[in-house]
Amino acid sequence: MHQEAAIRQPLILGEKSYGNITEDVMASVVGKANKSWWIAIGIASIMAAWGIGCILYLIGTGIGTWGLNKTVGWAWDITNFVWWVGIGHAGTLISAVLLLFRQKWRMAINRSAEAMTIFAVMMAAVWPGIHMGRIWLAYFVFPLPNQFGPLWVNFNSPLLWDVFAISTYFSVSLVFWYIGLIPDFATIRDKVTQVVPKKVYTLLAFGWTGNAKAWNRFEEISLVLAGLATPLVFSVHSIVSMDFATSVIPGWHTTIFPPYFVSGAVFSGFAMVLTLLIIMRKVMNLEDYITIKHIEYMNIVIIVTGSIVGVAYLTELFISWYSGVEYEAYAFINRATGPYWWAYWAMMTCNVLSPQVFWFKKLRTSIGFTFFMSIIVNIGMWFERFVIIVTSLHRDYLPSSWTMFHPTFVDIGCFIGTIGIFFVLFLLFARFFPVLPLNELKTILKSSGEQYKNQPTTEEH
Amino acid sequence: MDFIFTKKAKLIFSAFMLIGVIAMVFGYATDVSDHHNRFWANIFVNGFFYFAISLGALFFLALQYATEASYMIALKRVIEGISQYIFVGSGILIIFFAAGSFHLHHVYHWMDISVMYEFVMEATVGSAHPEYIHEMVDGAVKNSNFDKLIAGKSAYLNQPFFWIRTLIYLGVWCYFANLFRKRSLMEDAIGGTKIHFKNMTYAAMFLVFFAFTSSTASWDWIMSIDTHWFSTLFGWYVFSGMWVSFLIVFVLVSIWLKHKGYLPNVNKSHIHDAAKWMFAISFLWTYLWFSQFMLIWYSNIPEEVTYYVIRIDHYKGLFWGIFFVNFLFPMVILLSRDAKRQIGYMITVGLIIFVGHWLDVYLMVMPGSLGAHAEIGFMEVGMALGFLGLFLFVVFRAFSKAPISVVKHPFLDESNHLHI
Repeated sequence: MHQEAAIRQPLILGEKSYGNITEDVMASVVGKANKSWWIAIGIASIMAAWGIGCILYLIGTGIGTWGLNKTVGWAWDITNFVWWVGIGHAGTLISAVLLLFRQKWRMAINRSAEAMTIFAVMMAAVWPGIHMGRIWLAYFVFPLPNQFGPLWVNFNSPLLWDVFAISTYFSVSLVFWYIGLIPDFATIRDKVTQVVPKKVYTLLAFGWTGNAKAWNRFEEISLVLAGLATPLVFSVHSIVSMDFATSVIPGWHTTIFPPYFVSGAVFSGFAMVLTLLIIMRKVMNLEDYITIKHIEYMNIVIIVTGSIVGVAYLTELFISWYSGVEYEAYAFINRATGPYWWAYWAMMTCNVLSPQVFWFKKLRTSIGFTFFMSIIVNIGMWFERFVIIVTSLHRDYLPSSWTMFHPTFVDIGCFIGTIGIFFVLFLLFARFFPVLPLNELKTILKSSGEQYKNQPTTEEH
Repeated sequence: MDFIFTKKAKLIFSAFMLIGVIAMVFGYATDVSDHHNRFWANIFVNGFFYFAISLGALFFLALQYATEASYMIALKRVIEGISQYIFVGSGILIIFFAAGSFHLHHVYHWMDISVMYEFVMEATVGSAHPEYIHEMVDGAVKNSNFDKLIAGKSAYLNQPFFWIRTLIYLGVWCYFANLFRKRSLMEDAIGGTKIHFKNMTYAAMFLVFFAFTSSTASWDWIMSIDTHWFSTLFGWYVFSGMWVSFLIVFVLVSIWLKHKGYLPNVNKSHIHDAAKWMFAISFLWTYLWFSQFMLIWYSNIPEEVTYYVIRIDHYKGLFWGIFFVNFLFPMVILLSRDAKRQIGYMITVGLIIFVGHWLDVYLMVMPGSLGAHAEIGFMEVGMALGFLGLFLFVVFRAFSKAPISVVKHPFLDESNHLHI
């Protein structure tokens, strides 16, 4: 069995048996939803409804209802797209990369992080979709045979690479998530008594038997998928960054973009995981599984990725001067001191400076403060994309066309709408799905559970 | 268990060093390049490559501490031993930079003060010390050596600031190399958890410092050779190269030590884990290589693309060869679990990509130092072998100075039971 050093902190608190784990995780599935769940999903649904209304209005009327103009042809739409894709990074990082690194603490968070990933990527996909204007022609983004007409996708365009990258990432993440769910669905199937839920969970469980062979295959496929998903974690946001970096727009064209976007994505993804889980552990009484130690680990990821992003910001800033390219230097001076200075400094404060407070153990183990910081990081990362996109575009090579971007109610509505849809989906997940991988958790109970760790070991190794 | 640095090993490494010395003498005498640039550039390629391996070791050690990783504890002394070359490596780099400062070589174009000034006093042109000036005055003429782009960087690329930065990097890195080593030996003596927890703090401090300085050092030392050129990714690219170069040495040396009967607690799983690192960081290197190359190639902006134009036009085989050797080779061969547990595979792949990453450094340095026509002859091979001998000699001596397996560590038991 896995040998664990005494000084490592327990990952499952309290006196738990295997049965307790099942009960704790299933409580939300078999029980009735409480009031706060109904309030939350109510608010989220209203936001979603408003957003869907705005999207329908946008599709019916045209992209002109957004605040775009001929200088700033990309603004909130792509900002939101990149923001959502970024959030969608943490899930697969947690499930794949942390699995490869044998980080047992991932088990408390991977299920919900993966769910979050899938919903976030769906929300990201909304943006290029509705940006097309004629969404009924959306299939043109795929390299389909030519009977549709003389159009053919441009394989030189990073926007097309995005189509492939994101759809691949989405498929693999979905499969990874679902395979992990199968044994847990089977556990629920075996436990629920009502007729309809039993039928549904039976269907979802794919006839899982739980014999040794099945588990063996489960573990092997998990590793294979982790191996496949790890390069995808890198590729998705690298390719998103290439949407900008392959161009010759000052502020966009810089070689550090791919790894720096990946780091920023993990940063924002973990912030969203924290936002969701800090509430979830409280509402669903999962404090014994998602412990302070877990939150501390995630905060350490936040500080590391935030600092990498910070190094990248400073590198860009320095090289813009060092390069001797006047336009490049101006793009950065304009960011920091131009009309969008507030966005730049919001980004710097939220993403680089504020995470540094997590160097203090007291703050990174404080739940309330972590929740506050997770919101700050979410805001900061939205501003980062806004800064990159809008401040680079709004002052181009021709000063007579310099302008500002002003969002309309449709811009705002669509964005709020995706947040609403995202939360509706996540709340449904939290209500009907096993939010922790209960079967996997049982594998670490005896090595990392509190009451087992504290026992003096008598067995020989 | 103590490692014994045998006479035979000493003799072999000394023979390597002798080849190196011969290559240096022979090379210097036959070097017809401007200011003996070829000779000095070779000193730098090797000086940096092996230095970077020890710096990579230091980084990896700090990473192990900061992440509370246990699987490499059984091999910790190997990492530490490799990191101990950093002192000698720093010395060689300082000699190389000092030679540049005294104009013994011309690898750093910006160290030549004449490129920084737009004007020169006409009366002094052609003399040993022409009087350069920034502003046009009576009696001054345009300076034909003036380079506007380099002059624009003079606030950063000037000798005093360069030396301050260099000495800070080297000083702090050496300080941490010494600190980690000392504390590790102390832990062996007294045990407990206090040293371990404090090491985490030190490791975090080192990593923060390293995060900035690994980038700036690679700009200062390598990117500034192609003085006009710039790339924001360059620092991270160099970093990934040093990391993987260290991992190759780490895997190979560990396998050798295990084969010789040292490291009784190291099992196949440890080697497998180290091999996974080598495999993974090969991917990281490739990812950064590709990101930098593709974005510059795609945009095709003159001020950036020149860097690759010279490399692709005149070093075509090397340029693409390195990419394929350092990427495809480990990818295809080391993908399977079995391969990573087969010593034969690991040694073969390791040796080949070790050369691949040496060539990577070579290709970063040479076109900027020697222009379109650098070659690989006896001087290059001989000096690379000579420095390899020196590196191994220093590292093996460090192995022999302390127990080759750690005696006490809170994670030692966990590491000894590693089974994957």
